Amino acid sequence: MSIETGRPVLVLGIGNILYADEGFGVRCVEELHRRWSFSDDVLVMDGGTQGLYLVHFVKAARRVIVFDAIDYGEPPGTLKLVRGADVPKFTGAKKMSLHQTGFQDVLSAAELLGGELDDILLIGVQAVELEDYGGSLTAPVRARIEPALTMALDQLAEWGHPATARSTPAERLMHEGIGLAEYETGRPSAEDACRVGDRRFFN
Amino acid sequence: MATVSTPNGFSLDNAGRRVVVDPVTRIEGHMRVEVNLDSDNVIRNAVSTGTMWRGLEVILKGRDPRDAWAFTERICGVCTGTHALTSVRAVENALDIKIPENANTIRNIMQLTLQVHDHLVHFYHLHALDWVDVVSGLKADPKATSELAQSISPWPKSSPGYFRDIQARLRKFVESGQLGPFKNAYWGHPAYKLPPEANLMATAHYLEALDFQKEIVKIHTVYGGKNPHPNWLVGGVPCPINIDGTGGVGAINMERLNLVSSIIDQSIEFVNQVYIPDLIAIAGFYKDWLYGGGLSSTSLMSYGDIPERANDYGDKSLLLPRGVILNGKLDEIHEIDLGAPDQVQEFVNHSWYKYADESKGLHPWDGVTEPNYVLGPNAKGTKTRIEALDEGAKYSWIKSPRWKGHAVEVGPLARYVIGYAQNKPEFKEPVDQLLKALDVPVAALFSTLGRTAARGLECAWAAEKLRYFQDKLVKTIKAGDQSTANTAKWDPSSWPKSAKGVGFTEAPRGALGHWIRIENTKIANYQAVVPTTWNGSPRDTKGNIGAFEASLLDTPMADPEQPLEILRTLHSFDPCLACSTHVMAPDGQEVTKVTVR
Repeated sequence: MSIETGRPVLVLGIGNILYADEGFGVRCVEELHRRWSFSDDVLVMDGGTQGLYLVHFVKAARRVIVFDAIDYGEPPGTLKLVRGADVPKFTGAKKMSLHQTGFQDVLSAAELLGGELDDILLIGVQAVELEDYGGSLTAPVRARIEPALTMALDQLAEWGHPATARSTPAERLMHEGIGLAEYETGRPSAEDACRVGDRRFFN
Repeated sequence: MATVSTPNGFSLDNAGRRVVVDPVTRIEGHMRVEVNLDSDNVIRNAVSTGTMWRGLEVILKGRDPRDAWAFTERICGVCTGTHALTSVRAVENALDIKIPENANTIRNIMQLTLQVHDHLVHFYHLHALDWVDVVSGLKADPKATSELAQSISPWPKSSPGYFRDIQARLRKFVESGQLGPFKNAYWGHPAYKLPPEANLMATAHYLEALDFQKEIVKIHTVYGGKNPHPNWLVGGVPCPINIDGTGGVGAINMERLNLVSSIIDQSIEFVNQVYIPDLIAIAGFYKDWLYGGGLSSTSLMSYGDIPERANDYGDKSLLLPRGVILNGKLDEIHEIDLGAPDQVQEFVNHSWYKYADESKGLHPWDGVTEPNYVLGPNAKGTKTRIEALDEGAKYSWIKSPRWKGHAVEVGPLARYVIGYAQNKPEFKEPVDQLLKALDVPVAALFSTLGRTAARGLECAWAAEKLRYFQDKLVKTIKAGDQSTANTAKWDPSSWPKSAKGVGFTEAPRGALGHWIRIENTKIANYQAVVPTTWNGSPRDTKGNIGAFEASLLDTPMADPEQPLEILRTLHSFDPCLACSTHVMAPDGQEVTKVTVR
């Protein structure tokens, strides 16, 4: 095994699993990887909130699928496809912190470094709840995982990379303690760990 | 209020108009500052607030302590590994687990790699833009830029043609309009002082650093098994060593060791030939901008890190300095005991939490996180739409950690000042050289630029130490020791019924501690006190202000609507905000909102 430096097709799930629907992207790739395998040209990646760590994987790719929670002002739970030049891409220099590096910055940085994408598809879901710290996906968003995976599989097939259903379990994409099932069943009860105070109060 | 003097020596006046700087992300909140300006636009009062409630106990209570690292790794997209390392150290401390020498060495390499990567990326991709006007670089003469570059460094990428190409690429992006990468900034702000050629050179290095950082993180892939979320293990490191192997999955073999070695060489070269010369060149134009010192000339703390010997976390073993400086007495370094109930304590007088007795602080092992969201009588706006905070009352979701009651600054500058005060040559000599190169006195260190300079020097230090520990690892392995984990206490049945422990590291942005209590093999309480809590804390019971608040005082602003000076100083701390990806809104949202009232 060589050090992974990127492949022609990147399927990326991004977001923070600790903030309810913000975990949508990562949970999508977790499930995709659990059920399907792909040719060596395809890299399925749990991108988390990694920002610039992801630049070289994007730069190395020609085609990218990104799963993520979005804020397009749609009704909560809406699944939305955004393609090509419509996928937002910019660098915000007025950041308060490097920790505000978003995926738009990653796309823009990959382009600055000479990366060229033939195609990019954002499969986004309008979040219902982002601020339930320690919580998991809401029911409407969870219900969008399956159609989101279908969209990705169709797109990959169209690009010439059809998926193969796994017959034996794969090595897990992420540490098992934070897999979706373990994450949800192990959550402390509201009595044990106070959940109020999650709401933001600032505008 | 009239002018108020704080016990830690600052004078506050909130009579003038209020400026609010608030970052906007998909998950609302995180951190915001409010300042009051006098009639000359000089900052006379500063209020730093965390606008987001979080507590690790909320997600970790009842879970397996051996999994805690994986959760803490998800708190933040930048501090990933350092939280994981702190977490496994806390569990090992609680259960008295000793790790093998190789595991200690590999963890040091992981942590030092993070330091090098974080400092480099922070400087070029966030902080440099506070000093470098990218757009001004379009006016530079490539030939003069080449002469400038060659006068400060032997770095080979410095020809006129190279800078001409960079300029052309830059122009293409700037002219691409709305989606241009450098669109959202205060370009043209009067506080920018570099000539166009220096701006172009720094922008070229912005791009080179962006490209090079991908090499550095490969070290995490080798020793952490994968990236972007490396694996960690209570009891050691999860990567087996198989020195004669040829590409076994995940195992460390000679080929992998050689790869790491080569990346370390490149890192040392890049830091010494690009980062440090740029730092000196840029700082040279801002020698009269010595604001932002805050607590740094008086009160500093570092837990220390990078143990030379496995399982020895004493100050003799720790290569990064350990100790506390109070009241500016550089000749007296106080010893730290993270288990002592009267040393690290968190206060909530000005935080939105409830204690039974708020006149006292609580040690993290006894930490309580019970929200109590109330606004003071002088707050403006409503609970769901605050226009101005009342700093006389509760005003932040960040608690106020104090060391024996003292507010302290943490981070690279704290580490360097403590190392300097301890007369450790590897910290003192580079500082003296830098001060000499810039022709400024030692006092210049206690400033925004001093913080920025210390980070650069530490990046060079960490790159050198990477070389040291990599060589040590190879030597140990060649001598026949291939062990990387101690699994003797892996099984929870071997644990005591109750245990408590503390793990600490020096994260790139400062002292980080995790305190854990284990009952019946599960986590009963888990408290993290993070560097940005120390630096960004609100006032405490006695009225002492924290590092962010102190550092903003007395800074003149050229244009309150464009608070470049505030961002400069806050950025110099490399603040950590809870990470979300906050992406994918259609309209390229601004990431910082400024309101002047």
